[in-house]
Amino acid sequence: MNKISLIFQREYITRVRNKTFLLSTFLLPIVMILFIFGSAFFAMSGKQKFKRVAVVNDPGIFKSNLKSDSTQMFFDFTSNVDSTNFTQKGYDAVLDLRSDSSAKKFVVHSKKQLGMDGKQMIETRMDRAFEKKQLMLKGIEKETLDSISKQTAGMYKIENRLTSEQGKSEQVNAAVNYGVGFGSGILIYITMFIFGAMVMRGVMEEKTNRIAEVMVSSVKPFQLMMGKILGIAAVGLTQFALWVTLIIVLMGVAKAFIPAELVQQAGEANKNMPGGMSGNSQMAMKMLELEKDFSTVNWPLIIGCFIFYFLGGYLFYASLFAAIGSVINEDPQEAQSLMLPITMPIIFGFIILSSNLSTPDSTIMVWASMIPFTSPIVMMGRVPSGVPWSHLILSMSLLIAGFLFTTWLAGKIYRTGILMYGKKASWKEMFKWAFRKA
Amino acid sequence: MNILELHNLKKYFATQKAVDDISFEIKQGSIFGLLGPNGAGKTTLLRMITGIFYPDQGHIIFNGQKYDPINDVAYIGYMPEERGLYKKMKIGEQAVYLARLKGLSKADAMHKIKEWFVKFEMQSWWNKKVEDLSKGMSQKLQFVTTVLHEPKLIILDEPFSGLDPVNANLIKDEIFNLAKKGSTIIFSTHRMEQVEEICDHIVLVNKGHKILDGTVGEIKNRFKENIYRVGVNTNAENLMTYIFEVIKHKPDQLLLKLQHDSTTNDVLKHFINQNIPVHSFNEVLPSLNEIFIKLVEGTPEARQFQQVNN
Repeated sequence: MNKISLIFQREYITRVRNKTFLLSTFLLPIVMILFIFGSAFFAMSGKQKFKRVAVVNDPGIFKSNLKSDSTQMFFDFTSNVDSTNFTQKGYDAVLDLRSDSSAKKFVVHSKKQLGMDGKQMIETRMDRAFEKKQLMLKGIEKETLDSISKQTAGMYKIENRLTSEQGKSEQVNAAVNYGVGFGSGILIYITMFIFGAMVMRGVMEEKTNRIAEVMVSSVKPFQLMMGKILGIAAVGLTQFALWVTLIIVLMGVAKAFIPAELVQQAGEANKNMPGGMSGNSQMAMKMLELEKDFSTVNWPLIIGCFIFYFLGGYLFYASLFAAIGSVINEDPQEAQSLMLPITMPIIFGFIILSSNLSTPDSTIMVWASMIPFTSPIVMMGRVPSGVPWSHLILSMSLLIAGFLFTTWLAGKIYRTGILMYGKKASWKEMFKWAFRKA
Repeated sequence: MNILELHNLKKYFATQKAVDDISFEIKQGSIFGLLGPNGAGKTTLLRMITGIFYPDQGHIIFNGQKYDPINDVAYIGYMPEERGLYKKMKIGEQAVYLARLKGLSKADAMHKIKEWFVKFEMQSWWNKKVEDLSKGMSQKLQFVTTVLHEPKLIILDEPFSGLDPVNANLIKDEIFNLAKKGSTIIFSTHRMEQVEEICDHIVLVNKGHKILDGTVGEIKNRFKENIYRVGVNTNAENLMTYIFEVIKHKPDQLLLKLQHDSTTNDVLKHFINQNIPVHSFNEVLPSLNEIFIKLVEGTPEARQFQQVNN
């Protein structure tokens, strides 16, 4: 036991002191926050360039209805401007409303390209102007319609209350559950790969450095493997803890510097805009908004389950990754084909999660959340929307049994593989190593 | 007293009888040479002694008791032929780590490492990484980490490969020192001149079998062919005799082999009778190298794969 803890310490300390670890731990949340808030901020400040547009040949419907302002776009109805002299007269563009046919297509002359935003802005404003004119003809004031739609939008709200066996009703928020479930599922999926590969590389390093033989003359191969697996698990947990702390702190800082209204404004301004920018600022807005919805989530259960399934899933696969690492020789290419049978179920679990998350109680989700190969990923998708205790307990015990089995199996392959040099072991040979007697 | 006794050890792999019924004993404080051509089963034998492999059959007595790998490895230091250290780890930390895995406390390990580093003039290396070291330097480090915990049994597989003569001598002196202090050393190599110089006792294995066992002098005597080097000035007609056969003839030196139960004195008498002065007279014992080649020769160079019925 003492030897495992020595190996554990070495694995943990050398990895945590590593520059890559420090960089990925501290940079990732900063980059993430900067990206979300930064792009929202730039979307706000960069886009709203004031433009003066001269309007010529107005047939009469736009003059009084086209919305003009002094912050984004100003329309000036004149007559002595054309496509040759608009820059001298101080305009950015000329909108020619002379229509050759019945087609509602007009020309804007400009020196620089208007871009998607500018073009769309003019189009939207013209649509509104036409709408206003039509409403007026029908005797409806545009302002009246606006005030009605403002009133009605989001007037009714539905709250879903679950009735549990005890008859107690609790409030649920499907969107938040979806988000939390998907987020933690994807996090477990990614980390299983990252830390599993880390274990495999560590084992390969020991084998190709030939330190393995020195090590196994002092410790049992199983101790060496377990020390490494547990050390890397601790690295993973440390990284998570640091990420969560950093994100909370940075969110606080970001909120202090960027007022919520600004983010909201940016989101609003971008609502009609195509492209990814609007997505980011909406996300930033949502992140700020969601905080109040998050209070409906059962955090202790989710965090508890997350830690359990992260560790369980990691332990289940890490020993298999270690076994693969032990049979590979210098050539990392060999790893690819041997890893496939291990990575397949992980990817499969993720596919099940992402395609069935909206129906967390469907048969496939229930089954996938029981089988240890996929349960760490899939169960995390189910937990936020409520899982019967019996399911949770069964899934957890199966996972524990599963990782005990894979560790035992991998330990036997590892013990032989780590000292084998030369040719790559075949599946048949590995099977033999695993099931022969000591 | 024997530190180690191997009794009828067998280890069969799927296609090889790597070790097939080998027994020998090693006295405490001796320097023991385990010799054999490539693929003879030396590494498998050593791995059983270090507890990495379990023998299929037979048993090992260590220090008077049945060998218990889990606890006894603390008394064994093993330097495998393929050297290995963590490349990215600092040298000092690495030495401390390996020593602690052998059961030393941290303070103890630090103290001993510093002593050894002073002895080998390695003090300035402490914060360097292994990847910064040359092959010879990492070899020295490997040796230090092997003997640091003062093992009763030290197993060195080709300890001098890659070392320059100065460093090889440094290590050789330490090997003698350790033996003097009571450690037993198993020395596995196929460099025969080192074996002759260092080892008290040798065992030669080939194809999984022990084919030779004894002290260096004894074995040389066993394989002597009654060849003598005689310093005499002779010409062809002086050598017409049935007492010996001339192997090599130089104007001032003869290499001859005794024949027909004749003795060395018969040779001397032969020259005295002819009034030829003898400047020197030495027996030429076969080198271990010659014995090795003689015994191993004729067997196929590489071991053939064979069917093993367990």
